[in-house]
Amino acid sequence: MITVLNCEISSRSLTLIKSVAVRKVYVGKMTTLSPLSANNATSGTLSVVDGVFVFEGDVLISTVERLNIGTGLAEAIDLSRVKRLDTAGAWAVVSLERRLKSAGLFPSITGTSQMQADLIETLRQNMPEADQHNIRHLTLADRFEAIGRLAVSSVQKAMALVGFLGQVVATIMGLIVRPSRIRWTAIVHHMQQVGLNAVPIVSLMAFLIGVVLAFQGAAQLRQFGAEVFVVDLIAISILRELGILLTAIIVAGRSGSAFTAAIGSMKMREEIDAMRTLGLDPVEVLVVPRVVALIIMLPVLGVIANLAGLVGGAMMSWIELGVSPGVFQSRLASNTGVWHLGVGMLKAPFFALIIGIVGCFEGMQVKGNAESLGHLTSTSVVLSIFLVITADAMFSIFFAVMGV
Amino acid sequence: MLDDPIISVRGLVTRFGKHTVHDGLDLDVQRGEIIGIVGGSGTGKSVLLHAVVGLLKPAAGQITVFGENVRDTGADDYRRLRKRWGVMFQDGALFSSLNVQQNVEAPMREQLDLSPATRAALAAIKVRMVGLPENALQKMPSELSGGMRKRAGFARAIALDPEIVFLDEPTAGLDPIGAAAFDTLTAQLRRALGLTVFLVTHDLDSLHAICDRIAVLAEGRVLATGTMAQMQDIDHPWVQAYFKGPRARAALAQKEAS
Repeated sequence: MITVLNCEISSRSLTLIKSVAVRKVYVGKMTTLSPLSANNATSGTLSVVDGVFVFEGDVLISTVERLNIGTGLAEAIDLSRVKRLDTAGAWAVVSLERRLKSAGLFPSITGTSQMQADLIETLRQNMPEADQHNIRHLTLADRFEAIGRLAVSSVQKAMALVGFLGQVVATIMGLIVRPSRIRWTAIVHHMQQVGLNAVPIVSLMAFLIGVVLAFQGAAQLRQFGAEVFVVDLIAISILRELGILLTAIIVAGRSGSAFTAAIGSMKMREEIDAMRTLGLDPVEVLVVPRVVALIIMLPVLGVIANLAGLVGGAMMSWIELGVSPGVFQSRLASNTGVWHLGVGMLKAPFFALIIGIVGCFEGMQVKGNAESLGHLTSTSVVLSIFLVITADAMFSIFFAVMGV
Repeated sequence: MLDDPIISVRGLVTRFGKHTVHDGLDLDVQRGEIIGIVGGSGTGKSVLLHAVVGLLKPAAGQITVFGENVRDTGADDYRRLRKRWGVMFQDGALFSSLNVQQNVEAPMREQLDLSPATRAALAAIKVRMVGLPENALQKMPSELSGGMRKRAGFARAIALDPEIVFLDEPTAGLDPIGAAAFDTLTAQLRRALGLTVFLVTHDLDSLHAICDRIAVLAEGRVLATGTMAQMQDIDHPWVQAYFKGPRARAALAQKEAS
């Protein structure tokens, strides 16, 4: 047993082994020295009798704090009346011994069984010399440093994201030159995942938005007797902004997070590294099909959302304002320019690119542990929604300046 | 030594769907011993551990620990029972949001009413007892190597000075030096704290080095129990292959040489 010891275990453990190896029949004593039975524990006590510290009863973790080891001076510590002693109890004994030593005394510990002596010896070797309570408090400089680090890391992340975008675009260009390398199966698979499977949720969401717009718009417009303008309100807001924006947000939450989780777990299981060693480019195999599928499918989902929103709005206008579907349709055709639809649809591929790039980029950032996977998945959703809305605002300004 | 067993399993049956893992398994563990549970993959070693500590409801059978039935205890009884054992899962199973010190303090914090200073002092002792350096206290589990995580998991398992420690494959994935160190550590702490150790392992070196008895799981039951030497004489193809294979001979040779 002792000979296995040529390793990590340090010298203090060696002494521990020596100290216990003397006693070979410890198993027999075990029954009488049950270390910690939570039931029927009698509280241990410490008293000073005739210049001797006397521990009594069960000196266990549950009662050790009630012992007063901080006061009194004596030359000896007696454990003969201790019934049970656990690590915490031994800690109290050794703490007391250390305090007495530091007061210039040479205390002796008597009345221990072999097992208790071993335990106390183990504690002597494993107890840190002094309680180190060096918890640093944050200074003002630390806080500024944290802000600085955050700023620098944000900029670095933005650069890395743009770099990743460039890598993906370059790979797509390479694939256009050599179309035989395009992975059609993967693209179609992801088109189904991000597009077809999202149709129910996207259309329900847009339908309800149309209903809400009609309902709220009607309440306001009725005050002016301008109920029929609710058609313009619904058509313009849905076609131009809400249809595609809310679709993008739903897709970011649904597919962007799925991209991060899928690529991230592959990264965790070293599948990405395995791909590289086999000469496969992870960007070409994993990222491009996802991004391309999203660029194709997000405009389609946008059209579906527009339709569902208009249906919802028309239905609510009919119920609430008595605007019949026929009137709604003719007013829609006459008063709403086709550019409203055009503006909305123009934004869709850009939103798709943002969601796809961010989702895959965050997946590639995952490190070995599961915690970073969860963290980055939520980061991916938040970041892509944030970037989509930012892009939408910039598009609004752009189109306003252009007068579209 | 030969008084009532500290763990007693009778007629244990566990099933997952239609797949029967244990079919009438009996096992006794004596106080103060290190028992090694071995068996091929899928013979339900870890399942047995989970059943004994009450994480899994068996389909039938009786499991008593400290003479108390684990299966049909109330919440309070179970909590009291749970204080008296510690479990180290594969790879430590440290709480990833807490640092090592907080991990080791977690059982003390939940079960006892101790002051923060006492908790910190006791946690520091336990962490040193399992052979981790002092600076490991403030580290997060993700910053530790596999071997250190296992040690920290061990420190958490012995935080309340339990009577039984359950170890699930403690040496799996460690290099031979780290594995031998962990074996030594287990034996040391068993002596220092008077532990009973329930050790699920594949490691022949561990079996040689520290186990008092070995229980072989196969065909849904305990095929045999006995010392390492007795295992050599058991006439069963799997046992023969396991204890007389090339790796077993190597482990034996190493043991004899040392």
